[in-house]
Amino acid sequence: MIYSSTETWLIIILLGIGTFLIRFSFLGLIGNRSVPPHVLRHLRYTTVGVLPALITPMVSWPVETGGTTDPSRLAAAAAALATGYLTRNSIWAIIAGLVVLYAMLRIAV
Amino acid sequence: MSSISPQSAYWQGVCAGLPFLLMIVPFGGVFGVLATEAGLNLAEVMGFSVLVIAGASQLVALQLMTENTPIFIILASSLAVNLRMAMYSAALASHLGRAPLWQRVLVAYLNVDQTYALGALEYEAQPDRPLAEKVAFFLGTATPICPMWYLATWAGAVLGARLPPDFAPDFAVPIAFIALVAPALRTVAHVAAALTAVIMAILFAALPFNLGVIPAAALAMVVGAKVESQTKTA
Repeated sequence: MIYSSTETWLIIILLGIGTFLIRFSFLGLIGNRSVPPHVLRHLRYTTVGVLPALITPMVSWPVETGGTTDPSRLAAAAAALATGYLTRNSIWAIIAGLVVLYAMLRIAV
Repeated sequence: MSSISPQSAYWQGVCAGLPFLLMIVPFGGVFGVLATEAGLNLAEVMGFSVLVIAGASQLVALQLMTENTPIFIILASSLAVNLRMAMYSAALASHLGRAPLWQRVLVAYLNVDQTYALGALEYEAQPDRPLAEKVAFFLGTATPICPMWYLATWAGAVLGARLPPDFAPDFAVPIAFIALVAPALRTVAHVAAALTAVIMAILFAALPFNLGVIPAAALAMVVGAKVESQTKTA
């Protein structure tokens, strides 16, 4: 890591303030008024829009392997996705992903 | 159900929040361990969990920090992860919007995935409860969840500083996020949005510093909203 202590705290504090403002947004500003339906309709897709966009490069070209596609990580991601979709349960998805990841890494070594 | 007192609503919230410790404690512990491994000191690790109090974005910030990413990219990517909380805020505002300002500030700070989910369920089931009970229920759900998040982070940072070499810590973020997204793929619109995000992220992959994330996510949200209005009118 190349960040000075000041820079690290800058990241922490700005991320803290920004996150609070997102959480406070409608609670604080709109108060009792209702939120326009088209705004809500877009906001409903933040989780399924943002998170896959973020992790697709991490799964496809891991920094840890120098950007080479890694079958262990692909298999682990697939296992977590399938398990999470079928069980609707985050904890089982994490367990399935970790089991497949470590089993595959062990075999690969 | 007739109305009860804010005190019992508070304790109902506490009981509803308790099972989520199964998820919060390991997650907080993992963040504490990874952040310490990455080179942050205890105050910085705790600064993240107390000031940001949003594990997914904390892990993203940490991952990008280990890759020496410019600060504004770290902030943009991490805040994008937390954008879902604007939706939580909007959903809670329709029930708690008339609460005093200090209570809304407190609710906003404690508005995490689990407390939101419990609050939304409860307010949908009993929309006519008095405002004071709704606020008390929400604060109840946060009572076990948020302090244990701090404590688990602290325990991870202090106790678990050594990891096996083949631990593949880079994969904590993908697995945690897949675990959040997969159960959320409830409708065609959700699946369409997620697929758009993946395809666009691959197309934008050549952009430096993960800059493709923001347009990919924005497009995915538009596609999700579009498919939703199409399927509703069909």
